[in-house]
Amino acid sequence: MRRILSSVIVNLIIIASASCSAEPREIVLTSTTSTEDSGLFETLAPVFSRAYPDYRVRVIAVGSGEALRLAARGDADAVLTHSPRAEEAFMAAGHGESRRPVMYNDFVIVGPTDDPADVCGFPDAPSALACIAEHHLLFISRGDDSGTHAREQELWSAAGVEPGGEWYREAGQGMGAVLMMASERRAYTLSDRGTYLSMRDRLDLEVAVEGDPRLRNQYSVIVVRDALNGDGARAFADWIASDRAQAVIGEFGVERFGRPLFTPNAAPSDPASVGR
Amino acid sequence: MDVLVDAVGKAFRLLLSGDPYLWGIIFRSLQVSGGAVLLGLLVGIPLGTWLGLARFPGRGLAVALVNTGLALPPVVVGLFVYILLSRQGPLGSLGWLYTPSAMVAAQFMLAAPYVAAITVAAVQSVPPELRLEARALGASHWQALALHLREARLSLMAAVAAGFGAVISEVGAVMMVGGNVHGETRVITTAIVLETRRGRFATAMALGLILLGLAFAANAFITHIQQAAPRRRRPLTS
Repeated sequence: MRRILSSVIVNLIIIASASCSAEPREIVLTSTTSTEDSGLFETLAPVFSRAYPDYRVRVIAVGSGEALRLAARGDADAVLTHSPRAEEAFMAAGHGESRRPVMYNDFVIVGPTDDPADVCGFPDAPSALACIAEHHLLFISRGDDSGTHAREQELWSAAGVEPGGEWYREAGQGMGAVLMMASERRAYTLSDRGTYLSMRDRLDLEVAVEGDPRLRNQYSVIVVRDALNGDGARAFADWIASDRAQAVIGEFGVERFGRPLFTPNAAPSDPASVGR
Repeated sequence: MDVLVDAVGKAFRLLLSGDPYLWGIIFRSLQVSGGAVLLGLLVGIPLGTWLGLARFPGRGLAVALVNTGLALPPVVVGLFVYILLSRQGPLGSLGWLYTPSAMVAAQFMLAAPYVAAITVAAVQSVPPELRLEARALGASHWQALALHLREARLSLMAAVAAGFGAVISEVGAVMMVGGNVHGETRVITTAIVLETRRGRFATAMALGLILLGLAFAANAFITHIQQAAPRRRRPLTS
């Protein structure tokens, strides 16, 4: 009985994989909620499909930390994240085949429209955060090990503050949910500019701090070592660094927000063997 | 498979070590869902009793509506409560959004139909002659009603367990209106989502075990009552 059952299953798998071969092969890309929430992938995916009809990208949008963890476990072919330290650790652990920068945008500290802390007065992020902490103004943290969360923690330590207490809340949710929460509770938060701009109409928040070099947010693409669909992952990484894709990235958001959400800055790939 | 065994082992150790993060979340869950069920009882029992015993046009439709409430999708309730409590919403001035109060409100809307629907069935299962006899023996209307509910009390306890079981394991509504804030609105279900995403499987598993335990306890209680109820009722009908 068991033998019959297993042969049926094997046959089903053969049939399923045979019918799949006619379909485009899937590239599993783990990426961050910011690229999904801002709508960048909706714009990039059809352009990629036209260039490579044999492949189809399936985007799993999670925090940078989880994106890299999924890839380390072999559940992704490529990764597009913005958490340089975590990415370097990922490469150092030998999980990645190559890594290259793709684009950047920046983080902004946003807060209530009346800005009670007047943190606008501070051009640099750590001083603004120190001021928020000093006045115990509500600050909502992502609290989810995402790239944004990692950056926030770096900024707090630069400010010399160990955040905690009634005024510091860890949401454990994505960027969009945290922005909604900050807006509802008149709180400050650190957001990538893209997600903030794409939701600005629905938020009672304005930019309090911007332009600090420490707020630069670099995205990189990583081809996962021994990926299930390594060819697809390499094709995708090469394509997103190509002039065509870089032009699409540079144009994205101009129509809707009057300015691009990301600045393309692809550079030649940085193979694991060279490493940094 | 090793990953699973490992996670379960670590989960037990975490629970036994009295980890404050873990137990804080469990306590908050019991608080929120317990509060919601309590409020659900205050509304659901009178409503269910009335629908079960009163005779009026449209009663069938009202009972059908309450039964539909059993299938209310938590995310839809979450959406509704979110809009109601957001600052532009009609109840925005309460400032409840992203607080435990909002979670109680949402889970109340999920629990109340359970309590009401089971109460309808419970009061109808008690023979109506009981109340008539009580009235004949000089009991007031309210005394007779109290006696009726006393007879139905086991089924009413099942209503509590069913309502609690439904809301304690719900994630959609509490995530939306509570926001999963650490130390404030993070409950068992929302914490499991977050800890799994962070790859902290042992913590997620520990919470999962507690949730399973609570669901099991609620259902064991209901089963026990369902098995016991017919035996208790027999002397009455004879």
